[in-house]
Amino acid sequence: MNALMPKYFILSILIPFLGFLITLFLPRKNEKLLYGVTISTIALHTLGFFACIGYWLMSNEKALYHQLVQLYNSPTFEFSIDFYFDKISVVYMLVSSFLISLVCIFSKYYLHRDPGFKRFFNTLLLFYFSLNLVSFSGNFETILVGWEILGITSFLLIGFYRDRFLPVKNALKVISIYRLGDICLLLGIWLCHHLWHENVNFYQLANSAELKAEIYDHVSLAFIISILFIITASIKSAQVPFSSWLPRAMEGPTTSSAIFYGSLSVHIGVFLLLRTAPFWHNLPIVNVIIGAIGLTTSLIASRIANVQSTVKTQIAYSSITQIGIIFIEVALGLETIALIHFAGNAFLRTYQLLVSPSVLSYLVHEQFFNYEPTQQKPLSSGWKKIQNTLYILSIKEWNFDTIQGAILWMPMKWLGSRLSFLTHPVAFGALTLLYAIGLYLVGVNNAENQSIHHAFTLIYSFLGMLLITRSFAERGDARSVWLLITASQLFIALSISLNEQIELGQIMIFLTGILGSSMLGLYCLFRLKKYEGNIDLNSFHGHIYENRRLGFFFLLASLGLVGFPLSPTFLGIDMLFSHIHPQQFWLTLFTSIGFIFIEISVLRVYARLFLGPHIKTYHEIAYRTS
Amino acid sequence: MKHSNLTHNKLEAILHDLHHYLPSQTPLKDFIHHNSLHAFQDMKFYEGIFKAAKIFGYQVTLQLNDYRELYKIGRIKETILDRTIIEKKGKENRLPWKNKLINEAYNENNDFRIGYLRANWKKYYQIDLDTLVHPLLFRIICSYLDQGISIQAFPGHPDGFLASVKELEINSFSSFFKTKRAKQLLLSGDHSIESLLKIIVGKEDYFEQYLFDQQFSHRGWSGIVATIERMPHTLLDTKPITLEDWITLELLMEIDALDNKFTEWKPLTHFVQEPPVDMLDDVENTELQEVFKIWQDAFEWSYYDEALAGIQALNNKPENQDKKNSFQAVFCIDERECSLRRHIESVEPDCETYGTPGFFGVEFFFKPEDAKFYEKLCPAPVTPKYLIIESDVKEKRKHELLYANHSHTLIGGYLYTFVLGFWAAVRLIENIFRPKMSPAISNAFAHMQKDSTLTIENKSPNDIENGLQIGFTITEMADRVEGVLRTIGLTQNFAPMVYMVAHGSSSANNPHHGAHDCGACSGRPGSVNARVLSFMANHEKVRLVLKDRGIDIPVTTQFVGGLHDTASDEIDFYDVNVLSYDNYALHLENIQHFDMALNYNAKERSRRFASIDTFKNLTDVREAIRIRSVSLFEPRPELGHGTNSLCIIGRRSLTKGLFLDRRAFMNSYDYTSDPEGNLLAAVLRPIGPVCGGINLEYYFSRVDNYKLGAGTKLPHNVMGLIGVANSSDGDLRPGLPLQMIEVHDPIRLLVIVEHYPDVVLKTIQSQADMYEWYNNEWVHILAVHPDDKQFYFFRNGKFELYRTFLKGVDYLNNLEDVLEISKEMETNYIVDATKENLPVYIIK
Repeated sequence: MNALMPKYFILSILIPFLGFLITLFLPRKNEKLLYGVTISTIALHTLGFFACIGYWLMSNEKALYHQLVQLYNSPTFEFSIDFYFDKISVVYMLVSSFLISLVCIFSKYYLHRDPGFKRFFNTLLLFYFSLNLVSFSGNFETILVGWEILGITSFLLIGFYRDRFLPVKNALKVISIYRLGDICLLLGIWLCHHLWHENVNFYQLANSAELKAEIYDHVSLAFIISILFIITASIKSAQVPFSSWLPRAMEGPTTSSAIFYGSLSVHIGVFLLLRTAPFWHNLPIVNVIIGAIGLTTSLIASRIANVQSTVKTQIAYSSITQIGIIFIEVALGLETIALIHFAGNAFLRTYQLLVSPSVLSYLVHEQFFNYEPTQQKPLSSGWKKIQNTLYILSIKEWNFDTIQGAILWMPMKWLGSRLSFLTHPVAFGALTLLYAIGLYLVGVNNAENQSIHHAFTLIYSFLGMLLITRSFAERGDARSVWLLITASQLFIALSISLNEQIELGQIMIFLTGILGSSMLGLYCLFRLKKYEGNIDLNSFHGHIYENRRLGFFFLLASLGLVGFPLSPTFLGIDMLFSHIHPQQFWLTLFTSIGFIFIEISVLRVYARLFLGPHIKTYHEIAYRTS
Repeated sequence: MKHSNLTHNKLEAILHDLHHYLPSQTPLKDFIHHNSLHAFQDMKFYEGIFKAAKIFGYQVTLQLNDYRELYKIGRIKETILDRTIIEKKGKENRLPWKNKLINEAYNENNDFRIGYLRANWKKYYQIDLDTLVHPLLFRIICSYLDQGISIQAFPGHPDGFLASVKELEINSFSSFFKTKRAKQLLLSGDHSIESLLKIIVGKEDYFEQYLFDQQFSHRGWSGIVATIERMPHTLLDTKPITLEDWITLELLMEIDALDNKFTEWKPLTHFVQEPPVDMLDDVENTELQEVFKIWQDAFEWSYYDEALAGIQALNNKPENQDKKNSFQAVFCIDERECSLRRHIESVEPDCETYGTPGFFGVEFFFKPEDAKFYEKLCPAPVTPKYLIIESDVKEKRKHELLYANHSHTLIGGYLYTFVLGFWAAVRLIENIFRPKMSPAISNAFAHMQKDSTLTIENKSPNDIENGLQIGFTITEMADRVEGVLRTIGLTQNFAPMVYMVAHGSSSANNPHHGAHDCGACSGRPGSVNARVLSFMANHEKVRLVLKDRGIDIPVTTQFVGGLHDTASDEIDFYDVNVLSYDNYALHLENIQHFDMALNYNAKERSRRFASIDTFKNLTDVREAIRIRSVSLFEPRPELGHGTNSLCIIGRRSLTKGLFLDRRAFMNSYDYTSDPEGNLLAAVLRPIGPVCGGINLEYYFSRVDNYKLGAGTKLPHNVMGLIGVANSSDGDLRPGLPLQMIEVHDPIRLLVIVEHYPDVVLKTIQSQADMYEWYNNEWVHILAVHPDDKQFYFFRNGKFELYRTFLKGVDYLNNLEDVLEISKEMETNYIVDATKENLPVYIIK
């Protein structure tokens, strides 16, 4: 491993984050300054990137590698941020830098005087940073960090017009399905640890024969890991059956829709497949599955694109169609073609989305001169029936959205709504008692009580899941929901502590993150309660209209609580997982569900209190459907 | 039977009401400005808007705090405020009311009627019916009405919307419905609205409230359906549809959603305790409403008073009498031409300018070469009997590959991404760094080809196409030329050159581009009209007829049509080859004047644009303005009718030299040639619907951009080529987008007529619908007495003397100084935004 990256390049990966921090502190109305910092950040980064490309080409190496920092290192757990630089990262970042810088210039004019000008450029930089982390990630942990940040920036940009109902609703919808992908990725990474018993970086993955041998020795485990990666990739790249989030994500300004959902964000799933290809490409069945997903998607999505009568959803589905084909190319091992296809699709869809408002005058003109009344082709009744069936199915987007809701979210809502007793004082007392017992057990930890410990581990993780499920369905006071969420995290921490000997330091990292964020959040909620009176979660309140600062701090607290990278909780989550063994199916399941729903639940609280149409009607307010 | 008939009649009435109250904006390709609250126009302005607010939850004035802030910064003047209070509340109540206005806390929350009944679905059934029904319902209607976005069209049935859905349901293995009952109801034909409402709502007394709630939960889609039902030909690819069909399908889908969730359910009114609410019931008068009335009046008069003081001061100056006409130019009354006229007069002091509605009195359909349809080129309410056909087009329209449908298909898309994907990247760079005109941009000059041939003269009575006479006969031409010349008062002292300057607007990436074109030409550029009228006025035989009628146009005088692009500030002229040698030489000189005036005009406009440095030299600023009009990234290619607030009907001398900051429509009219006011009626007739419509649409889109406007443009998604919506599942958004109304101060239009008050009164009273605009105070009108130059304001059925508070306005030596130092608004909040609008000045 002698091909290291030059130092200046490491620096330039971090520059977008620096830029993001700077823009956070700039005044909202100073558009010139905000834009100036953003574009210089991107330019500086690109400079470093180009220099590194030169260095890489001269070095004649296939890839460059660098470990930036070990965030945690102990015999049982290590977490490091690594970078990796090869053809795939170069193509992804070239396309990204190109499109983001152009869209940034475009947006300077386009977003002029928008009250969210600052938010837009903030988020754009954070998005750029996350793309950097993902594209140059040298190990799975780093990808995960970038992946999480990318998800949150999506949430913020879809919900950019936060005073309307639909953007907020759809932002929650998209982040929910994203979260499922995130946890699949986390599980995949966790299983990888157990497969290799060490943290593997991509350089090793691409080059080490021993690692590959391990894969063959544990084919079924490797298969599960591959499936988890495929789910993650399919979600991010809107493949069937997860495709319906993409058209619904087109809520922000046209420019952000163009780079996020027309091009960059939506191709990140493909990136994950390319990056993990050394892992799975020798498992034929996995190749077949990826190809099958791609083929099904491209066939179905092209039918749906065919019937779209709105310009942005049409572009969304045509983009999905092409990404389906890219999946096939990846499955066939045609890496270079897939990369070219990605670039072409990203450019074309970005352009089409950016000019999408022109479609009205262009096509009406076209119609004015070239209109031919549609001739109903004489069809045999059987064929016509099939055509009609396909038509209706495509209009309904093949019911994917409904099915997703019915399978993924409705059961939890149903379960949650039956758990109302959990907020009862008696239940509260019982839970506290149980928790005390658990703490005692951790305290007297000795080898004799193994079976009791395991039983309690499961009970606590199950309770943690129940609590979070309840918080997901609760419509009452936000403060009790917040406490439910916090409690569920405490139960998860307790259950893991009982599962295995854990260093106190590890659990402390997790708990400081949780408790700190929880306190801050609770403080915000009490303040809001004092100002506004009603903070029940049965509708959207839109309190950000009057409480901008409070909303910002509550968002920070929320991100801390859900384990957003940059908060200690994030490290903690990964760490906690390392103490679960792959054989522990139920523990894994309860904990994963807990981690999926905590983010959805927390962001739901944030969205319902601060976003959506303002409940006070002394000023102009959007209709729900607008 | 009798009972059922009664319900049916009642339902007819409800449908009729819905048609009346739903938004009536047509598909965006024809943008016709109109009063957003036209349904309330039979009431007094304030009564009407407060009623609308109570029913539909609209914000209909600025917020109380906005007015207070405007008062603090002096935009609402204290003297005017005091007088308004005294007028409305009496002298003795001035102080207590002033205290209320400035200090008292009111509960401003609006507890409106709409949506109240249907909220009970959530309350009693824990079901969010809208979220379950709307997305698919909107998709179906958008696909059905779609004019050309989708590659595979909705399999239509000639009998209309519901018949098409039915046919599709019969011949398919899949269904829009999840459950059986709704589908069976549709297929059985037993789906009268009454019977469906009985299932869903139950008690008949609630039907009206339920349908209002339901239809106004997506007023955009319902509005377009109702509009298309009334005007099927507003779509080129016509789609038969009725509001009844649309409501029926929605009710069926609601039944479907309820059946899907509950095995058994009772109608809504089974649980509802509150008695039904009469939607259209009168609204009680509140003190807060009185407060708003006073503030709004004071806000309006703070501006009117200043403008009137300016007119008064100007008319006290001795008039310059030497008449030496180098040329005459007739523009549209559009307030965007107000500045261009001022600049031309200052560049070439010997010229004269006029204003008249931009269709120049010639009403016809226009058929461009190879077109499959006709375009109407006259005000929207007029139905022309004439057709003008274009031929000999030399330059064919180019195509834009990146818009092609193939890019969205499986195989085509594959090839496209590989081949054109990279070309798209190049185009993107080009569009950002070197924007230029392209087929994707709506180009005002492309509306009619410059050197094409038009069939203007009717050669034979048999020249008829689809019931329209091709061209005009000599008499018909003479009638129209005479009409225009007489109303603007140009019947003698003809200059050698008379320009008819129409206007249009080029803009990129702008679904609302029609709103920037000429309102008098049904939202299109007026180039054809300018060219047609010039041809008529140049016609020898027409001139003979005109001479008989007392208008003697010298042989040396020639008319030339032109088009001014109000976004790019470019101008072009038509048929200059017919000019005599001498006139052509003059024309070349005049072009220089026009060009210089456009430079100044561009500079004046540039002060509002952040992207342009106003200090740059004239030609650079003008070039920057032009580039703006072809820039894809520019959501404000121009600002349309923003800031419009006055309409001046009189001779140019009334306002010549007055700086009105492009806020006045200006219609030339010479009262001396029309002492009885016979022509005045014709002049005033379109002012209400056209100028009043524009003004009120801007007013309402400004005060409630969320509900009455279209919201910010930035996330807009073009739906079926008929409108815009946010998101994939959003409702259509009629009204004006935020980017068009930011600069607008929401005040009503003040029409200022130079004539005797009794003549004006007689004229506006001559037609009931015209009188309604003024009597109900949706538009104000004021007469300038020609003899003593005093103002008479129309109120409560009569004209009363009005004395301005301000005695005169400031003089300006050099307009440019003011333009360069005036700042762009800090934010688009009204208190910041209004500072961008400059005071009235007299230019020395």
